[in-house]
Amino acid sequence: MRLASGVLGAVFLLSAGPAAAQGISNDVVKLGVLNDQSGVYADLAGQGSVVAAQMAVEDFGGTVLGKTIQVVSADHQNKPDVGSSVANQWIDTEQVDAIVDVPTSSVALAIQEITRRKNVAHLNSTAATTDLTGKACSPTAVHYTYDTYALANGTGRALVQQGGDTWFFITADYAFGHNLEQNTAEAVKKAGGKVVGAVRAPFPNNDFSSFLLQAQASQAKVIGLANAGGDTINSIKQAREFGITQAGQRLAGLLVFLSDIHSLGLETTQGLTLTTGFYWDKDDETREWSKRWAERMNGRMPTMVQAGVYSVVMHYLNAIKAAGTDDAKTVVAKMKEMPINDFFAKNARIRQDGRMVHDMYLVQVKGPQESKGAWDYYNILRTIPGDEAFMPMEAGNCPLVQEAATKNGQPAGGAR
Amino acid sequence: MRLYWIALAVAAVAAVFAPTVLYPVFLMKALCFALFACAFNLLLGYVGLLSFGHAAFFGFAAYATGHAAKVWGWNPEFAVLAGTAVATGLGLAFGALAIRRQGIYFAMITLALAQMVYFFSLQAPFTHGEDGIQAIPRGELFGLFDLRNTETMYFFVLAVFAGGLWLIWRTVHSPFGQVLKAIRENEQRAVSLGYKVDHYKLTAFVMSAALSGLAGSVKALVFQLASLTDVHWHTSGEVVLMTLLGGMGTVLGPVVGAFLVVTVQNYFATFGAWVTIIQGVIFVVVVLLFRRGIVGELNALWLRLRRRSVPAATTPPAAARPGVEPAAHEPPPRKRRVGEGS
Repeated sequence: MRLASGVLGAVFLLSAGPAAAQGISNDVVKLGVLNDQSGVYADLAGQGSVVAAQMAVEDFGGTVLGKTIQVVSADHQNKPDVGSSVANQWIDTEQVDAIVDVPTSSVALAIQEITRRKNVAHLNSTAATTDLTGKACSPTAVHYTYDTYALANGTGRALVQQGGDTWFFITADYAFGHNLEQNTAEAVKKAGGKVVGAVRAPFPNNDFSSFLLQAQASQAKVIGLANAGGDTINSIKQAREFGITQAGQRLAGLLVFLSDIHSLGLETTQGLTLTTGFYWDKDDETREWSKRWAERMNGRMPTMVQAGVYSVVMHYLNAIKAAGTDDAKTVVAKMKEMPINDFFAKNARIRQDGRMVHDMYLVQVKGPQESKGAWDYYNILRTIPGDEAFMPMEAGNCPLVQEAATKNGQPAGGAR
Repeated sequence: MRLYWIALAVAAVAAVFAPTVLYPVFLMKALCFALFACAFNLLLGYVGLLSFGHAAFFGFAAYATGHAAKVWGWNPEFAVLAGTAVATGLGLAFGALAIRRQGIYFAMITLALAQMVYFFSLQAPFTHGEDGIQAIPRGELFGLFDLRNTETMYFFVLAVFAGGLWLIWRTVHSPFGQVLKAIRENEQRAVSLGYKVDHYKLTAFVMSAALSGLAGSVKALVFQLASLTDVHWHTSGEVVLMTLLGGMGTVLGPVVGAFLVVTVQNYFATFGAWVTIIQGVIFVVVVLLFRRGIVGELNALWLRLRRRSVPAATTPPAAARPGVEPAAHEPPPRKRRVGEGS
């Protein structure tokens, strides 16, 4: 078995050089869902993303251009070296054509480099970093569901417009937290709000009491939580214990998923305002899809990134069909040409830098008495149009865009 | 004796042909961790010091190599040397502080110092926080060998690993190594014999740190990235696991342990959440059933078989040179239990 795969690998390496850009390589289209299945991101992506990818393949019909489509998956344990060795192995010996999902910025950036080098598609739904479509952008990659800028900017601007014009930040003290704080603060200021203070909490942290008291004393109308995962959960819980939300200050989660709300409960999270790219209970289409997904996931409802995985896989398969090949560069270029219209996004498109631009939603978590049942968690306050939600392409400094601009002698602009 | 040369020859042939059968990147990763575990074992198995902060040397050397290769554009050999040098320096500083205490206090001090390195890596701008240093160029070794070629890279890693292992083997079987073992068995007695125990401990600590750093530096080139995972205390825990699984105090034990753990991580990754559970179960089984670790048990079995066959044999090979050669390959007497302190 290993011998066989080794020999296959050698053959593959030999034949990879002058790869033909037509048709399906190796007579199979293989999607590798690479994510965290045992750690902190297992609930928000994990097995649910694998199921979403499988559903997309089934709904597509199981074959494209007459070749079977397969889905494989693996746990990267949030370790970049595990992620990159799995990815390398998938590509070199198992003929994987696209790597899907990939939470955790460090792993996603590692996969971005590998897929760029080996000309394999990277369909990212769960990583947060804007670098994927900024200085690390790649012609074979798409960043689909959200990024830190969209969440920070959406929440920051929208809350100011609703009267939350003074802000205090509790920031996780490392690059990610600083970045999130900075993006949000910019959005707040641009919308006419004021940042009255910020405090850096060590990462990771269990006790937020002193930071929350500072936030309370600042009398800011909004407390921005520039942190993620366990830190967000702890700070929300403790804010509730200190009676901060009950006293009228608003909490703004800058990176919170539906699954986090589910595990914290409405009692603790009510009133929390956040930005999301998808909510299952938005309209008939989203409900229809989400219920199908829920049947396979013991009644859970999908997060935005799980829905995003379905949508991006479907779009990828459609692009293969339209392009007549599974060559990553060609297919991703095709994906950028074709508009996206499905339950997940309407009239959305993928920009030249790989950023998928679609509407985001500002939502507020319901109170326990308001909620009509399990997973009825959000009130949609506002739809944020895609162009407003995401970072403008020029600001990202993606080398692809600059190259294209100089080649065409035109200023950088949208793909269409 | 002849048996060892045959075994060595077989291992060498296997190592040369392994990349045609097994996936080379997997092998390179396993070799890096094997060297790391061997370096760690030098301290735990031969001096009896359980360091819980070896990830600091491994991971920080990876950062240093990554920075040197990517930002300063150094050749791979200099970048690896830079990483190793940084780890050596860290080892000297950590060792000087930590060897003043024994047992659990030693472990806690190393852990605390390693956490300082972790938080430094999290904050320092040159490590790029949780994104890590990405796309580190492998470059050309001595300007001759193109390491971007996976095969070439594999043989480079193999050479580094073999060199490191040889160094450890030489150290352990030198008079210096004998003193280390004496310190492990009875520190007071070693002191009373006139050995400057602290010097020996510090030297062993620095060597261990340097070799860990070498492993980390090479790993940074293999994966072309250096990230927080490598400086996280999980990595310190993993190397303890590898050493105990394979058998501490044996030269080859950590190699076996490292291959086992890396195999589980890589080939079982498709089992999703089960990876960590499988790792845990293996660890529990080893602790409950064979405490000497895999190689330790095999060694013991081999010795038992040989002892039984000695009276039957006409020319007993081992008895001819009593105690000299076999002693070198005997597992150390088990005074301490395997699970102690971990």
